[in-house]
Amino acid sequence: MTTDSNEQELLRRLVEHDRNAVESIYRNYYPVIQRLVVSNNGTSDDARDIFQEALIVLYDKARSGSFELQARLKTYLYAVSRKLWLKKLQRDRNFAADLNGAGETVSVEEDVERFEQRNKDFDLMEEALQKLGEPCRGLLESCYAQKRSMTDIARDFGYTNADNAKNQKYKCLMRLKKIFFGYYKKI
Amino acid sequence: MEELNMLESVERYIRGEMLPEEKAFFDELRKNNQDLDQLVVEHTEFLHQLERHGERSNLKNTIREIHDELIGSGQIKQPRQAKVVRLWVRYRKVVAVAASIAGITALAISGVTSYFSPKTTRSIDYLSRKISILEQKQNSLNDKINRTPPKVEEPAFKLGGTGFMIDSRGYLMTNAHVVENATNVIVQNNRGQEFKTRIIYLDASSDLAVLKINDSAYKSAAPIPYGISKGSIDLGEAIFTLGYPRDEIVYGEGYLSAKTGFRGDTLACQISVAANPGNSGGPVLDKNGDVIGILSNRQAEAQGAVFAIRSKYILRALDEVRQDSAYTSLKLPQNSTVKNLDRVQQIKRIEEYIYMVKSY
Repeated sequence: MTTDSNEQELLRRLVEHDRNAVESIYRNYYPVIQRLVVSNNGTSDDARDIFQEALIVLYDKARSGSFELQARLKTYLYAVSRKLWLKKLQRDRNFAADLNGAGETVSVEEDVERFEQRNKDFDLMEEALQKLGEPCRGLLESCYAQKRSMTDIARDFGYTNADNAKNQKYKCLMRLKKIFFGYYKKI
Repeated sequence: MEELNMLESVERYIRGEMLPEEKAFFDELRKNNQDLDQLVVEHTEFLHQLERHGERSNLKNTIREIHDELIGSGQIKQPRQAKVVRLWVRYRKVVAVAASIAGITALAISGVTSYFSPKTTRSIDYLSRKISILEQKQNSLNDKINRTPPKVEEPAFKLGGTGFMIDSRGYLMTNAHVVENATNVIVQNNRGQEFKTRIIYLDASSDLAVLKINDSAYKSAAPIPYGISKGSIDLGEAIFTLGYPRDEIVYGEGYLSAKTGFRGDTLACQISVAANPGNSGGPVLDKNGDVIGILSNRQAEAQGAVFAIRSKYILRALDEVRQDSAYTSLKLPQNSTVKNLDRVQQIKRIEEYIYMVKSY
């Protein structure tokens, strides 16, 4: 298999949340990113956060199907991490210098911006879910994120039958919508 | 109720679960009813957001786990020795400014003190006299103290341990040896409030006991944030404990070091964590905030060998408690709700459910 099809395969598996794919990407590319961040006033914790965010950018990109390998995976991750770290430095330390290491190689501006927008959505939803509290949060997460069957959920949460659990789910969903759109309007 | 039904229909419509004629009818409704149309559009987007949120938090979790695993197994390395250098590079300006401020301040203060301080030649005399007066006073005080009868002391509790809540209506789990032979058991939370309890279950063979708070001052707490793990445990798994080896809640961190306890006891497992008398009965939690065991004892002659009773037996004991008709409604905490939080936040949520157990 050529390198290109290898990388495409990795991306396909990343979209399916394949643990091995994530692990393989991590093992191959994390050291480079860590070096980039650490040699530019960052800690290894910063490197971890940046790499995590870059992986999510990659995931979003791969998931939307628009990732045609104009660049190698490594180049792409590097460019995204670099952009993210620069932004963070500017935000936190008012520090507008350029980074050591290779310069910008591929343009990732749009992807990073889209990521930041989605991050906001994510935080909003997180906040709404926190406010919603348990057991509503668990119920909705089992249902919509883990996509488990109502019968399983009913058993785990201790409802007498699936119909009751379902009713409860819709009640929770309605509350969540109210909280969520409440936040949305404030912004 | 109507709103609920409506939502359910919309969801089935979005997911394409409707029968063909039902769908045709719904399409017709949508055309004629703008509100419904709006609801469908809005709900589609909302579900989309919710699913994306779920996906992303799953992904974040996976990534974090992989990071920890790879660091743990040494497949990726964190730079360490460069830390001081890095700190120096980052903060040298601040350090320089701070140092010069400190220098100037020190000079100024010593100047001011030498200028204003009085001459001190004759004060030695005075001082020695004052000291002899003080001595006399103290002697007379000592006499008084010796002559007063000793005050009656408050009865101190005989044994102390830790317990953790298993049902927010006031059920606590602890070790049997903490409350055995006690005539009275009082528990105290991290805010210092004390509550009377009753022992409702005690099994010396498994060293587990269940207490029920029996005090009108106690109000049911919010649902318990941690769960009780039903799964198996793995060597090297990171764990943490919370307990009361002293009057203050104390956090400890360690790892699972063996799957059996003292002399191959299969009821227990061995963990490596700092534990002291008073930690007994405290929960042992994994990184997700699920209770995987209850800290019970340590090996006297070995350093750092601490044993915990496995959560399987906690669950079994609670099953036995529930067979008593008075406690059938005892409800165990479900899954941990602090899974995605960092440790500091986890502790903040958990600590109020950890109690000091005092037996008299």
